[in-house]
Amino acid sequence: MNIGLGLPTTMAGVSGDLLIEWARRADAGPFSSLGVLDRVAYQNYEPFTALAAAAAVTGRIRLATMIVIAPLRNTALLAKQAASVDALSGGRMTLGLAVGARGEDYEVANVDSRGRGRRFSEQLETIRDIWEEGKIGPTPKAPGPHLLVGGSSGEALARMARYGDGYMHGGGPPRAFAGAVAKALAAWSDLGRPGRPALWGMGYFALGDGTAETGAAYLRHYYAFTGPFAQKIAAGNLTSPGAIVDFIRGYEDAGCDELVLFPTAPALDQIDRLAEVIH
Amino acid sequence: MRYAVIGGGPAGLYFALLAKRANPADEVLVAERNPPDATFGWGVVFSEETLGALRDADYETYNEIAQSFARWNAIDIYYRDAKIRSRGHVFTGISRKVLLNLLQRRCQALGVRIDFEREVRDINEFAGADLIIGADGVNGLVRRTFAEVFKPQIAVHPTKYVWFGSDLPLDAFTFIFRENEHGLFQVHAYPFDARTCTFIVECPEDAWRRAGLESASEADSIAYCQDLFQPELRGRRLMSNRSLWINFVTLRQESWHQGNVVVLGDAAHTAHFSIGSGTKLAMEDSIALVDALRRHHDLNAALNDYEMERQPVVERFQEAALESSSYFEHVSRYAAFDPRQFAFNLLTRSRRITYVNLTQRDPELVRTVDSWFSAAATGSPDGAVRLSPPPMFAPFRIGGMTLSNRVAIAAGSDLEAAARTGAGLVLTEFVSVSEDGRITPQTPVIDRSYQEALRLAADRIHQSGGRVALQLGHAGRRGSMRPSSEGVDRPLLRGGWRLIAPSPIAYTPRAALPRAMAARDIAHIVKVFEASAQAAASCAVDLLELNMAHGYLLASFISPLANHRTDEYGGSLENRMRFPLQVLDAVRTGWPRPLMLRISASDWFPGGIDLDEAVEIGRLLKAHGADLIHPVMGQTVWESRADYRRLFGVPASDRIRNEAGIPTLASGYVSTSDDVNTILAAGRADLCLLDL
Repeated sequence: MNIGLGLPTTMAGVSGDLLIEWARRADAGPFSSLGVLDRVAYQNYEPFTALAAAAAVTGRIRLATMIVIAPLRNTALLAKQAASVDALSGGRMTLGLAVGARGEDYEVANVDSRGRGRRFSEQLETIRDIWEEGKIGPTPKAPGPHLLVGGSSGEALARMARYGDGYMHGGGPPRAFAGAVAKALAAWSDLGRPGRPALWGMGYFALGDGTAETGAAYLRHYYAFTGPFAQKIAAGNLTSPGAIVDFIRGYEDAGCDELVLFPTAPALDQIDRLAEVIH
Repeated sequence: MRYAVIGGGPAGLYFALLAKRANPADEVLVAERNPPDATFGWGVVFSEETLGALRDADYETYNEIAQSFARWNAIDIYYRDAKIRSRGHVFTGISRKVLLNLLQRRCQALGVRIDFEREVRDINEFAGADLIIGADGVNGLVRRTFAEVFKPQIAVHPTKYVWFGSDLPLDAFTFIFRENEHGLFQVHAYPFDARTCTFIVECPEDAWRRAGLESASEADSIAYCQDLFQPELRGRRLMSNRSLWINFVTLRQESWHQGNVVVLGDAAHTAHFSIGSGTKLAMEDSIALVDALRRHHDLNAALNDYEMERQPVVERFQEAALESSSYFEHVSRYAAFDPRQFAFNLLTRSRRITYVNLTQRDPELVRTVDSWFSAAATGSPDGAVRLSPPPMFAPFRIGGMTLSNRVAIAAGSDLEAAARTGAGLVLTEFVSVSEDGRITPQTPVIDRSYQEALRLAADRIHQSGGRVALQLGHAGRRGSMRPSSEGVDRPLLRGGWRLIAPSPIAYTPRAALPRAMAARDIAHIVKVFEASAQAAASCAVDLLELNMAHGYLLASFISPLANHRTDEYGGSLENRMRFPLQVLDAVRTGWPRPLMLRISASDWFPGGIDLDEAVEIGRLLKAHGADLIHPVMGQTVWESRADYRRLFGVPASDRIRNEAGIPTLASGYVSTSDDVNTILAAGRADLCLLDL
């Protein structure tokens, strides 16, 4: 299993300089991917823009959206953005897509959230054709960026198995990941796809004195839209090396291919602290 | 801390005593609406694990419980004229009244204040408390007060049940099934001391009405049930205690706490009585809540922690309880089972116990089931052979052909590689009856070269004892797609071909629009299938599988979502089945060996086919000469609302096999031999498609 690192694009007060330096150090560290989150009605960086900036200062690491809310975006422009980041990075783009979980993002983007599942399926059906047809460039090397699909519903898993290269899980304890993986494998087999889907997981961490509280506060704020569930997500923040090691082991046992750990404290020392734990 | 506990049942009292014990300086008040001796219900059951948890939480309570409980390790199943006993299931039972009294005494000894006969009307009566604990049951005030935050989902179960007590001395958890002119009634009975047992009677609502129990008094209900279960009661009596016929209610809530209010036990969640876990879950909640309060200084963090620890556990029990209750709601479909298979099916109903678990608990019963299964499979005398393979390795006979075992494997393009797994039956990939019936350019067509290759492969597979099933189909509107390595249902951009379907509805937004079939197209396709079946007959394959599933041509006629025709091929099920049955009839005449039909047992979409209709379809196919049904799920429409829960194809197989009365091949990500053995031994399928 590979370990990736989240880029702190969603934390208050993170400067562009910090993000660039973060990407540079992640590329120099023991991480195989750099992940970004997506929302609209929030103080965060736009995911493709952030990955484009990261592409400029990195040479090795995969650049992953985890996930981008596809139905908010025009499909042609979405395909073009992903292809552009892929070209800028020399083919390092992993495009994770899902419908997202917040009505507010749809409201501020002036996009109807009703029917978003069906529209998302249409986007997935189209996006690879766009990459292949060559009319909307830059045309990526076939078959285009690595395409992963997220979501937990049966429809989401069927979409993943139809159109994706794999599954992107939304976070939680290893047990929850294992449950989702069982369903993803069942969907993959049911749709008759050969081989097995790539399986990506995510987690949150904060290491060092005082970071547990600020990390929990950030997660409660970030996930406030989930209501009381935000407290549970905050309680799942990995705040000790032991907790991270257990978490990694749990994900590995559940068959995860790539586990991306997102910081909840936006300081550069987090990268070294995490690197030391996973070393 | 000041704790106010609303409700003096096991959850409330146990929380109170544990909290007080953990910190004697805390004030703990319990408000209970009833007097100390008024208790409803009879006995409660605990498993070994629960007792272990109780022992660790408060040894004094555990000790008292241990002195007054009944312990047994058997489950008795009375079914038809047989009694099957299964051992190795350790349970303990205790009188609910004894349990409450000892909890009350322990509370009082520790200094918990209990206000009996205090009806709480508003939780603001406890405004001064640091934490209010709602232990007031499924209809309690506390959870109703916070319904907006807790977001309850309430499911009312369809059967009627009633709690009686009895002076019948039992030494086992006892299930009794009895059919009379009104319907099928079942009993869940378990001892709680040497002389008394809980005796729950359950039945479908229509049986309850026919029996006149709707308007019966308590005494009349008792008389009816005593009479019905007279052989097992052996002259003992049933006793009532506010024993009313009710429907069980499953309660789920998204959240169990808000501010300084928390719920536990039945006020937080319920799980059907047939897995006997209500009191156990309630008391474990109490332990978890007290532990969480000790671990955290911050109340909110403690309540979160409690919820995070308990919710996954409760969800697992609720899932098992749902499977279990559903079994009892539909148990009449197993009325023709041999008692041994009936018992195995009952014991594995909740999916928590599998073939392997049951072998550990009761090797003798599993040996008996294996031996019966094997004897039935080989036609040898029942009971003669004591050493038999597990059901997975029993042979399967169908239409003069024998499979060496019950496992089927789906082959890709290499049939012989699939056969080398040792599976008794190898299914080919989808083979098209014609060029324009292909799914993708890679889909094989049953032409001369394919027939030749198939014949050679089948001959070689036969030499090593394997059997081959040829899967024939026509892609219909799901054709002209890219190879599945590039995704599924992605239309070819160039080099595609024209599609046909019952109605001109494209499978996906980008898929080509199919042409609606005219009468001569229908006649033509029937001939094409017939010719393909004849070709197959010359290819040395053992079994033919017609694909009527997953949105291909024949499935599109069956599903009302894809078939909008107004002629004799659309509308009613009879009309929608007309063309598929014409194909089946034509194939049947040209194909002398066993015939299997693959169908989508559900469209997984509102307005589409569901399992009830699938049973009807199974009956029709059987009447037209099908030997086996292979039910799969969904894919009949692009946006089907898939549900990939564990073993998602098995319920359809179970229903079609046991309601339509035709052998089935179960599929749907069956991935372990334990699952295969469990499904087969329980009679939910005759063969399993194993995902290796």
